[in-house]
Amino acid sequence: MRPLTIGVLALQGDFIEHEAMLRGLGVQVRQVRLPEHLEGLDGLIIPGGESTTMGKLAVEFGLIEPLRRFGREKAIWGTCAGAIFLAKDIHRDQPILGLMDIVVQRNAFGRQVDSFEVDIQVPALQVVDPEPRPFHAVFIRAPIIERVNPPAEVLATLEDGTIVAAQQGHLLATSFHPELTDDDRFHRYFLHLVQQAREKQPPVVPSTASDNGR
Amino acid sequence: MTQILTGTFRVKIGLAQMLKGGVIMDVVTPEQAKIAEDAGAVAVMALERVPADIRAQGGVARMSDPELILKIMDAVTIPVMAKVRIGHFVEAQILEAIGVDFIDESEVLTPADEEHHIDKHKFKVPFVCGARDLGEALRRIAEGAAMIRTKGEAGTGDVVEAVRHARAVMKEIRRLQNMAEEEVYAYAKQIGAPLELVWETRRLGRLPVVNFAAGGIATPADAALMMQLGMDGIFVGSGIFKSENPAKRAAAIVKAVTHYNDPAILAEVSKGLGEPMRGRQVASLREEERLAPRGW
Repeated sequence: MRPLTIGVLALQGDFIEHEAMLRGLGVQVRQVRLPEHLEGLDGLIIPGGESTTMGKLAVEFGLIEPLRRFGREKAIWGTCAGAIFLAKDIHRDQPILGLMDIVVQRNAFGRQVDSFEVDIQVPALQVVDPEPRPFHAVFIRAPIIERVNPPAEVLATLEDGTIVAAQQGHLLATSFHPELTDDDRFHRYFLHLVQQAREKQPPVVPSTASDNGR
Repeated sequence: MTQILTGTFRVKIGLAQMLKGGVIMDVVTPEQAKIAEDAGAVAVMALERVPADIRAQGGVARMSDPELILKIMDAVTIPVMAKVRIGHFVEAQILEAIGVDFIDESEVLTPADEEHHIDKHKFKVPFVCGARDLGEALRRIAEGAAMIRTKGEAGTGDVVEAVRHARAVMKEIRRLQNMAEEEVYAYAKQIGAPLELVWETRRLGRLPVVNFAAGGIATPADAALMMQLGMDGIFVGSGIFKSENPAKRAAAIVKAVTHYNDPAILAEVSKGLGEPMRGRQVASLREEERLAPRGW
């Protein structure tokens, strides 16, 4: 089987940290700044950063529709700003992809002095590592996932029940930053979703006119 | 009960990491802050006067009125930074109390202490500090800075000093990496930097924190130049709101930082921006007019 190639949306934010994590797991990585950079990717990570900046640049460089098409077939994981970008509803007028049936509130914990780190339980990670260790989650001016509507599901909460991770098929959203830790379980979990999405797709038929819109 | 930790170094440098590949813009009113946010700024620096005006008007430059900073914080959803004088830890306490997201201990303001910088470990809010070379950068990190920027020569619109400082840091890191191990000790002493941080920099091949460019950046090409020199992002001070068309120029600089390696896009975004800030050549400044040598 062909090795996986994962894109990191490199409009702005901490995409290098995701890239380093993915390379450590032995996959090919490509930075995505323009629609043509999505071609041939098996999955995509939308990093942390400022969601307003990313949204604006995604509109300016014609990425919104190509990203939506990509997300209908292939795995996407959004961390923090990326999770905001994937949501259907964020209570304000700013460009988003609207791929996941989740409602996200930006800067929900307050300002930077309220940013925090904490251990959380993420049972789903036992798919990649059977030992039920807590995950050390870093929240930077983080959003919360206010509501998760089916078919999206809750993946992790804080002790008070605040939702901080959700999944909808091959789409994944976390309001914290696994890429800022040394723990690669979330990245491995994402690669597992990438594989699943790839297996569902019809085998690639060599063609030069894969998407000419006709 | 699981322990929740705030104000840790990881959380502080975490915000700096989120700002990477972005543009932080100086603003003096809530309206300008809105323009900056709409143009795609990742953060704004709330000020009473931009550096070009501080330079022109002279006098003692201090922390801005907290009321103005609060109004700017209300106007935008992106992080808001504000400046304090070098060594003025009470100004920093005040800014932390009103909840700014990042503090710039800045040579652009008149220094309050000619020997000591702020002990930044004592604060929950992260700090950014200017540096002209590797020793200065590592001293600031030792004091707790979560982000470094070049000093450049603020308020001039001349990028030459920012280039000099960026190159100085990069060159010294390359030199450090090529040194024999036993030479590292004398080198740390020579540049006046803590040995631990010198080893860490050598291991990483870069500064241990995010490193932005600042001081004199006025065009999309200036911004892309600094990115190609290896900077993680850009501060633009007077360069935007002292130009003819701030909204257009701001948006162009944001695009230039994302596509810094794509000359075709850089050409496109550089078109028809109107007059840049007029500026002043750094070479024409008298010694006492220079801001970069402030800091120790």
